[in-house]
Amino acid sequence: MLIRRCWIAVALLLVCELAVADEIRVAVASNFATTSEAIAQRFEETSGHQVTLVFGSTGKHYAQIRNGAPFEAFLAADERHPEMLESDGSAVPGSRFTYAIGRLVLWSPEAGYVDAEGLVLEGSDFRHLAIANPKLAPYGRAAQEVLRSRGLWEGLQRRLVRGENISQAFQFVKSGNAELGFVALSQVTSPERQPETGSRWPVPEGLHTPIRQQAVLLEDSAATRAFGEFVRSEEARSIIRSFGYRTP
Amino acid sequence: MLTETDLAALWITLKLAGLTTLILILLGTPLAWWLARTRFRGKVVVEAVVALPLVLPPTVLGFYLLLALGPNGPIGRLMEALGGHALAFTFAGLVVGSVLYSLPFVVQPLQDAFSTVGRRPLEVAATLRASPLDRFLTVAVPLARPGFLTAAVLGFAHTVGEFGVVLMIGGSIPGETRVLSIAIYEHVEALEYGRAHMLAGGLLVLSFLMLLAVYGWNRRFRLVRP
Repeated sequence: MLIRRCWIAVALLLVCELAVADEIRVAVASNFATTSEAIAQRFEETSGHQVTLVFGSTGKHYAQIRNGAPFEAFLAADERHPEMLESDGSAVPGSRFTYAIGRLVLWSPEAGYVDAEGLVLEGSDFRHLAIANPKLAPYGRAAQEVLRSRGLWEGLQRRLVRGENISQAFQFVKSGNAELGFVALSQVTSPERQPETGSRWPVPEGLHTPIRQQAVLLEDSAATRAFGEFVRSEEARSIIRSFGYRTP
Repeated sequence: MLTETDLAALWITLKLAGLTTLILILLGTPLAWWLARTRFRGKVVVEAVVALPLVLPPTVLGFYLLLALGPNGPIGRLMEALGGHALAFTFAGLVVGSVLYSLPFVVQPLQDAFSTVGRRPLEVAATLRASPLDRFLTVAVPLARPGFLTAAVLGFAHTVGEFGVVLMIGGSIPGETRVLSIAIYEHVEALEYGRAHMLAGGLLVLSFLMLLAVYGWNRRFRLVRP
């Protein structure tokens, strides 16, 4: 009798296990953290799958994935790392796509400090200009290209402070330690918070290589495919745009 | 071999660790002496404050330092009132951060060493008419020598290995605030594993040799001591 009950319990558990949706772990570039939370929430509501988001720098995530980290999908901050994962066989072939295009903005918390053309960069009244490290972060590389295109890169070397990533560049400016900095539009615009005040120059996209953020699936399952499709859906794309990105 | 920027990072790291250790020994000795000898009840509060940098994660400590050093923070305002510049993104700023960060590593061994010396040798010296300063310099300090060595080694090593605080307040300016740990981190993040291995390996070997030399020297000294 008791044994039979046990069997029934086990069978019930198994059925529940099948009915309960899968849980997927997604590695997400830090700049996309709040946006991905909004997307994951909608995805969980509509699909019933569970999503765990792990934030970090794309370079670190790449190294972790290459060394067996248990992520099923990867929302990177650039296209280079997903490409490498695809070519070395760590990703599901053909699953790579651009999910967001980052916008660069020159921002200062002080009103009237940054003019509409970014001519402030040519002046000498700031001590520090914050950028993300061009070696590590796509936003940093874009900022470098903008400064190079204006012929200011060499002259500004001693006044440039490099954040490890774009969030740190933002902190440098926000805390007042740097008078101005190249940050992501998504950091000064968010549907969840008050937009940042001050002054800004939205950098024309023609001045730098587009900051394409790509996603790649690392495991082929129904849940990951559903997640990939959702990120590409119009619903997710409108969330992404509301956070200050462009979508392809 | 090492590139010019990596060599610069090595030099800045050694300069930062050396200067921080020197300042900490100078500031930490009177503080540790006071902590070891005082009967003041509020001493526990001071001890707790000294140990605080052990509790906060370095990046958090760095974040608060960034806020404090900034033009709206207390230290930044003070600096500006004194006619100076804000300290973030400067070598001086890194020294301030490192002194705070490594404080317990220097003060605690010194305090232990002074406590171990105890009151007795000093009282004996006093009966021989040694002045308080004389007693401190010729009795307490020589007897606490192993404590000074431990404090200096720990302070230096901890500053060499410092990462989070520098990451937050340094701004990675080559030749100014880009230290070795940051350089290694940037190589790893940029997938330049070869250069990262070389720097990290070099750092390990160098640190090991340095510690070996210091401890070996200390041992020999103790053996000759009567």
